Amino acid sequence: MADVNRGNRPLSPHLTIYRPQLNSITSIFIRITGNAMLVSAILVVWWMMAAASGPEYFDTIDGLITSVLGDLVMTLSVLGLWYHALGGVRHLIWDSGHGLDVKTSDRMGWGMIIGSVALTFLTLIAI
Amino acid sequence: MAFLTDRKRVSGLGSARSGTGHHWTMTVTSIALLILTPFFLGIIGTGLGSEHGDVIALLSRPIPALVVAAYLIVGSHHLRLGMQIMIEDYTHGMTRKAAIILSTILCYGIALGGLVALIQIAL
Repeated sequence: MADVNRGNRPLSPHLTIYRPQLNSITSIFIRITGNAMLVSAILVVWWMMAAASGPEYFDTIDGLITSVLGDLVMTLSVLGLWYHALGGVRHLIWDSGHGLDVKTSDRMGWGMIIGSVALTFLTLIAI
Repeated sequence: MAFLTDRKRVSGLGSARSGTGHHWTMTVTSIALLILTPFFLGIIGTGLGSEHGDVIALLSRPIPALVVAAYLIVGSHHLRLGMQIMIEDYTHGMTRKAAIILSTILCYGIALGGLVALIQIAL
């Protein structure tokens, strides 16, 4: 009865079928930025532990994290953090039952992208 | 094949009944992180590139230490749950289990490393 056509059933369309759209791309980047934060967390905690272990080791790690490459990684981390935060806000709005139509979703999508860049500049200026 | 019952085939493939709790934890932690993020960025941003003595002075103060500690604890919990979902989406079987265990150790390890550093700085 239940064995009819087992394993040969149609699959729902996936990434390779759908044309990329703002909602899918912003969603994928929420996942990427969130998980990439692991690297940022390791760097910041490493820097904190270096501060705890003494001035000499701190200078080495602080120099590393404020080098050109370090600055680039930390700036991208801030951008990723703000992007992920704004994406989270969008999800909180969606979870409350608001803004679920395509027009509002797209508007919030662009808001996330532009907002995260703006907040990153603001952060870099402020500190 | 014919000896496998439908019950046996679906066993372990259904809901673990923890999805709602997972989602709610992510909601609560995300709001906490939203509040903490500007302050956390301010503290760490000020500290990066500063003299060693200034960083020690900054992280010895109770409010900055509280913000950083709270951010590490809540953040690592949020990160762990997020990584778990990604791992569950893309891996299976033993790899999945190993990856979830590893990421859990890593997330809480990072938080604890930061907390130990905070305590050492404060002492």
